[in-house]
Amino acid sequence: MDYVVRMKDITKRFPRVVANDRVNLNIKEGEIHALVGENGAGKSTLMNVLYGLTRPDGGEVCVRGDVLPASTGFLGLDYGIGMIHQHFMLIGQFTALENIILGAEPRLGPMLDMRKARDRVQNLMDEYGIEVDLDRRIDALSVGEEQRVEILRVLYRDAHIIIMDEPTAVLTPQETRSLFSTLKMLTQSGRTVVFITHKLEEVMAMADTVTVMRAGSMIGTMPISETDVAGLAEMMVGRRIEDMPERDADITYEHILKIEDVSLRSAKGQQLLTGISLEVHAGEIFGICGVDGNGQDELFEVLIGLRRPTQGRVIFLERDITHDPTSRRLKAGMAHIPPDRIRMGLVGDFTVRENLILGRHTDGRFSGRVFLKARAVAESADSLVRDFEIEPPVPEMQAGLLSGGNQQKVIAARELSRDPELLIASQPTRGLDIGAARMIHDLIVRQADSGQSVFLISADLSEVMKLADRIGVMYRGAIVGVVERTEATEENLGLMMAGAKA
Amino acid sequence: MMMTRSRLAGFVPPLISLLLAAAVSAVVILALGEDPLNIGRVMFSGSLGSLRSIANTLEEATPLIFTGLCVAVAMKCGLFNIGGEGQLVVGAFAAAWVGVKLTGLDPVSHVVICIAVAGMAGAMWALIAGVLKARFGAHEVINTIMLNYVAFIVTNYLVNLAYFKKPGQIPQTEDVAGTALLPRLDFIYTYTRLNLGFILAVLAVIVVFLILERSKLGFEIRSVGLNPLASRASGISVVSNTIIAMAIGGFLAGLGGAERVLGVHKHFISPFPFGYGFAGIAVALLGRNKPFGVLLAAIFFGALASGGAQVDMETRVPRELVTVIQAIVIIFVACEYLVTKMGIRIRGVATSE
Ligand SMILES: Nc1ncnc2c1ncn2[C@@H]1O[C@H](COP(=O)(O)OP(=O)(O)O)[C@@H](O)[C@H]1O
Ligand SMILES: [Mg+2]
Repeated sequence: MDYVVRMKDITKRFPRVVANDRVNLNIKEGEIHALVGENGAGKSTLMNVLYGLTRPDGGEVCVRGDVLPASTGFLGLDYGIGMIHQHFMLIGQFTALENIILGAEPRLGPMLDMRKARDRVQNLMDEYGIEVDLDRRIDALSVGEEQRVEILRVLYRDAHIIIMDEPTAVLTPQETRSLFSTLKMLTQSGRTVVFITHKLEEVMAMADTVTVMRAGSMIGTMPISETDVAGLAEMMVGRRIEDMPERDADITYEHILKIEDVSLRSAKGQQLLTGISLEVHAGEIFGICGVDGNGQDELFEVLIGLRRPTQGRVIFLERDITHDPTSRRLKAGMAHIPPDRIRMGLVGDFTVRENLILGRHTDGRFSGRVFLKARAVAESADSLVRDFEIEPPVPEMQAGLLSGGNQQKVIAARELSRDPELLIASQPTRGLDIGAARMIHDLIVRQADSGQSVFLISADLSEVMKLADRIGVMYRGAIVGVVERTEATEENLGLMMAGAKA
Repeated sequence: MMMTRSRLAGFVPPLISLLLAAAVSAVVILALGEDPLNIGRVMFSGSLGSLRSIANTLEEATPLIFTGLCVAVAMKCGLFNIGGEGQLVVGAFAAAWVGVKLTGLDPVSHVVICIAVAGMAGAMWALIAGVLKARFGAHEVINTIMLNYVAFIVTNYLVNLAYFKKPGQIPQTEDVAGTALLPRLDFIYTYTRLNLGFILAVLAVIVVFLILERSKLGFEIRSVGLNPLASRASGISVVSNTIIAMAIGGFLAGLGGAERVLGVHKHFISPFPFGYGFAGIAVALLGRNKPFGVLLAAIFFGALASGGAQVDMETRVPRELVTVIQAIVIIFVACEYLVTKMGIRIRGVATSE
């Protein structure tokens, strides 16, 4: 069998971890090859090695039989390899076309030959059915469009092997589907695609071959026909993941949270939220889904009291809290998991123990009039670290040094130990691996099953569909529709996420 | 285990900075044609070599402990208080005012009242910058610097009023009443100017430590200093903690002013000896914003000052050299501080992928 890429015994060490430990990877010409693994498994590192961005400590990379030079830096592009990183690398002030040709501009004497450039890009767009407004500035494009610009950028450079690092993390279901049809066309024209993901359904739907990595090591490569989602999950995590228990929903009609016609305008006059009204009942998980950046963060901040709405009211437990400061909301029985745990959820330079009482430090359990009760603080931290399986179980450790999943557990431990009437969780499992995400999901479900409520904001559609009893879709600062879980499909939610009315 | 190791390791970088500073200073002294070893010996005997020198060192250190704490508390809240200078002067004037004008009190209450008023005056002065920052976002660096000038000018104006001015050419107040004087610690050395204010400074170190590390307030101040957004999201008020941290700092600097007036000069004079406030920044930097670190750093700077005086007397090396050495120390400490900060940043960025 002929492999277009052979990576042999690739080893890459970083100061504290071995990111790739004698990894072998073979990729066939013309296939879609999925690379899966939990966060930190070493997927990005392996692809950076292939692309020539990272120099491995050992091993060798062959492309079409050529051994790539390990000593000197090279760029994958010289060997027909193009890479689209997790975070796009485009220049916001330039137009799409300028970004595509940047660094490979056709010249006409000393001048740019824009006409020739545009023709070539247009041809590529026609060939692969990619739609982008070439004259718009990157700033003005959606994430999906930016991604298409990135794809055109590597195609323009004649890449035959295209690597995409977590391309679907930021897309709506429809955008994902259109991306996949583009990828299919690319392989039909003989190109090879490697994409990284941790969404296993996508792998099963799209890939020809899948490779699983765990903790820096290669677990295996197999054709898609020989595996399934459960099997892949087990290989990724290293143990069986049980199915979620059924919700035992006992929702009453008593409302815990009521949002009445809330609007928010920024200081510059930009309309961030428009006329949002909804109710969350006792025992209910109310989900909000939507593509990132459609007002979810602003709604979160209004609910926890970091911003005052310019119009409308927020009622919590029958009391108008629109103008209450955050501290009073927390005392009244609110708790929250913020979307950006490092900036908003934790004090990175504080110890885990200190973070576990952040905002709870005024509680009589943890402090007197002046001083903190060191003993009580330590005992509570010890038990939370144990109950929430925070790794490493060292309360004196700086929270900023924990992995993302464990940071999130610290936040969840702190917030749920308030025994809140309402948990407002925003993107609670973003960037977490399966194990940690599963734990957070269980906690959310348990919160609702005990008769309290959850307001769950997430860009991850499958998460919302799995957990929420009712789902509201946000688009451009407004709720475009609310559907019962039983009526929700990827299709109708996805359409609403793109702005279609329910 | 991890704790003690990192705590010890915390001492290493400042020590390395000090050694490097010493080496560079030696080169400078050599370049001046002097023998660094000899200068070192004189510095040592002038700062720590006898009870007299030790008393001098501690006397020089006393106001620096207060101003160092002033900077450190603000820094813990993420604020750069450069106003120790002005806050100290305002405190000094207030102490002189109450010390001169209030009479007929017993020594204990008089001293306590003078000190309390001086602290309050410093706190009020700092509060101006604190409120401007917390309410309007006006940058505290600019405000505190400006308020330093204002403090010098206002006290100069006041001390020249007939109500305050001692008759004569010099713009100074009368000496404070005997009941307002801080007793000298002359059991250490007869002619020392070291006074009870030093004990007060050490107490202040302990109190500040307890506030920052053990109290609810300190927890909030540190939290706001490290991550204001996460603090707000947890219901901690950035506004009030900013104001309180500035006020505590001003209070401490004000105490420093009281110590100078009630323990050393006995009166307020304009312009008031300056430099304590700015040296406090270096002290806080060297002491890594930790109360006991500030204590050690202030004593170190005090030793440089008293040793420098000795160098001035005994050798042909000008006293200014000591200022140069101080500057070199500050530069190295600041570099080290920047490098460790940046080191963390660089690592932070690298692992965030
Ligand atoms: N530049 C770097 N410096 C230090 N450690 C790194 C660096 N890049 C990645 N790592 C570490 O290597 C491991 C693998 O990372 P990565 O390849 O990004 O994983 P994945 O893409 O599978 O989530 C992680 O533990 C990560 O922290
Ligand atoms: Mg990655």
